[in-house]
Amino acid sequence: MKIFVCLKQVPDTETKIKIAADGSGIDTAGIKWVMNPYDEHAVEEAVKFKEKNAGAQVFAITSGPKARAVEALRTALAMGADEAIVINSPENLDAYSTAKALAQAITAEGGAHLIFAGKLSIDANQSSVPQMVAEFLNIPHTSVVSKTEYTAENVTVERDVEGGAKEVVQMVNPSLIAANKGLNMPRYASLPGIMKAKKKVIKEVEFSSLGIAGTEQKVKYAGFSLPPEKPAVKLLTGDAASQVSQLITALRDEAKVL
Amino acid sequence: MSKVLVFTEFQNGNLKRSSQELLQFAATTGKPVVALALGSQAKTGAAQLAHHGAQEVLLCADTAYDAYNPELFSVAAAEAIQQAGASLVLASASSSGKDLFPRVAAKIGAGVVSDGTEITVSGDDVKVKKPMYAGKCFATAQFENAATKIVLMRANQLPVAAADTSKTATITEHAFTKPSLKTLIKEVVKGASEKLDLTEANVVVSGGRGLKEAANFSMLNDLASVLGATVGASRAVVDAGWVGHSMQVGQTGKTVAPTLYIAVGISGAIQHLAGMSGSKVIVAINNDPNAPIFQKATYGIVGDAFEIVPKLTEEFKKILAH
Repeated sequence: MKIFVCLKQVPDTETKIKIAADGSGIDTAGIKWVMNPYDEHAVEEAVKFKEKNAGAQVFAITSGPKARAVEALRTALAMGADEAIVINSPENLDAYSTAKALAQAITAEGGAHLIFAGKLSIDANQSSVPQMVAEFLNIPHTSVVSKTEYTAENVTVERDVEGGAKEVVQMVNPSLIAANKGLNMPRYASLPGIMKAKKKVIKEVEFSSLGIAGTEQKVKYAGFSLPPEKPAVKLLTGDAASQVSQLITALRDEAKVL
Repeated sequence: MSKVLVFTEFQNGNLKRSSQELLQFAATTGKPVVALALGSQAKTGAAQLAHHGAQEVLLCADTAYDAYNPELFSVAAAEAIQQAGASLVLASASSSGKDLFPRVAAKIGAGVVSDGTEITVSGDDVKVKKPMYAGKCFATAQFENAATKIVLMRANQLPVAAADTSKTATITEHAFTKPSLKTLIKEVVKGASEKLDLTEANVVVSGGRGLKEAANFSMLNDLASVLGATVGASRAVVDAGWVGHSMQVGQTGKTVAPTLYIAVGISGAIQHLAGMSGSKVIVAINNDPNAPIFQKATYGIVGDAFEIVPKLTEEFKKILAH
């Protein structure tokens, strides 16, 4: 039984973003890259599933520039994934062609019983790849999942929607689950796990070998810019009562938001 | 001329503000505007679609569409786009919009841009400004190789004028193909709060570690109920288990864009600032004058939240009563 986890290597959330001089992207110099935080929950869920289901094997898969992307796979291996596949892809592929590449590589491995992914990658903020992978593979998906329950044929999940509401969804397997933060507590990679992960061979697939046409790139990002500088804060003065009354006046008469 | 299709959403029989924004924007492009409305609420609310700018309404009031199901909805949306001959599709970056349209895009070979904050349409050219890295920077997305362009806009980014009740639309009742489903919606569990979601709220009151313990969030709830605000939280207090993850504002939580954001006892980690910096007016209340939150704030109060917040609630009560 093959379980796949789709991952991405992204700048650490502590990163202060700088823009490349020509505005074509961010300045990646000095960035610390980490596994996308939501993907950690996907790996944890896959490894937990494996621990409870004899014969399940976890394949971590990513699409990205090989040199950098393999680090996320090493982390997944250290957390307990069995195998890893890197699709060596150009920088800045869009969600459509990334999803197509992942779907094709998963099919080439014989398909999956379950696929896990994070609900969103914190760099492009698209939340698109998991749904697209599911569509390309013609399997059901649920995104923003915070609870799971498995049987041999089905998985029942809870999906977080607006205002703290939840949808309880049952899917026939094979299916794809895109993890939200509340799903589980990702484990830290153990030292023996890290040592073992270093020795594992990561399978390499060239993006160019997948026959994905240039026309399957649908979206391009340009004109990167930083948010406009905020004017300096107006600090209110005096005792609490005075600060409160100044604030109310400012919100009503100056900012005009009341 | 190619049309704009707007995917519309209702809540308690009323057209959501985010859908009003999209319809009204669509009307400004000069292209014919088609509204897609699915589910039984759509039938009662169909006239509202015309009042906000729809010229045609593709309506399917079948109760099968009352709960969101990605397999069912993606087939309906794909068929509607084809029937309307739409080259531009607008939807809200709501939980169903964000879940649905990537799947639709993969189905019909369209491009999709999620979480737009600005959109410009000039003929066939569509440009979308959107936050990247949860708002630490912005980029402009452009489409290529996409006969259909799908844009998911964040709520509260486009202006809304009053409904024009004199306007009418051609309403066509439609049955879309129902695929054999592998996804079953078993139950929809209502949220604890009837308030707008953080991502749609016009006023947000957020709390952090400075509140000292979970029980003290009640102070924020009081302030929020006077202001009609939604309550948010910093990552620190979500990780501490004081409140649920659905309330987290920041890079691994929700990105918010209210008119007024009040941050109480939040020091302002870089991830939190990323998630709330799109707010128009930011008020920070913190006892540490060096807290990074003050770098993003419009108005700052250095002081004791336990003294300030109840006073603020009282004063808002008085002023908003008039």
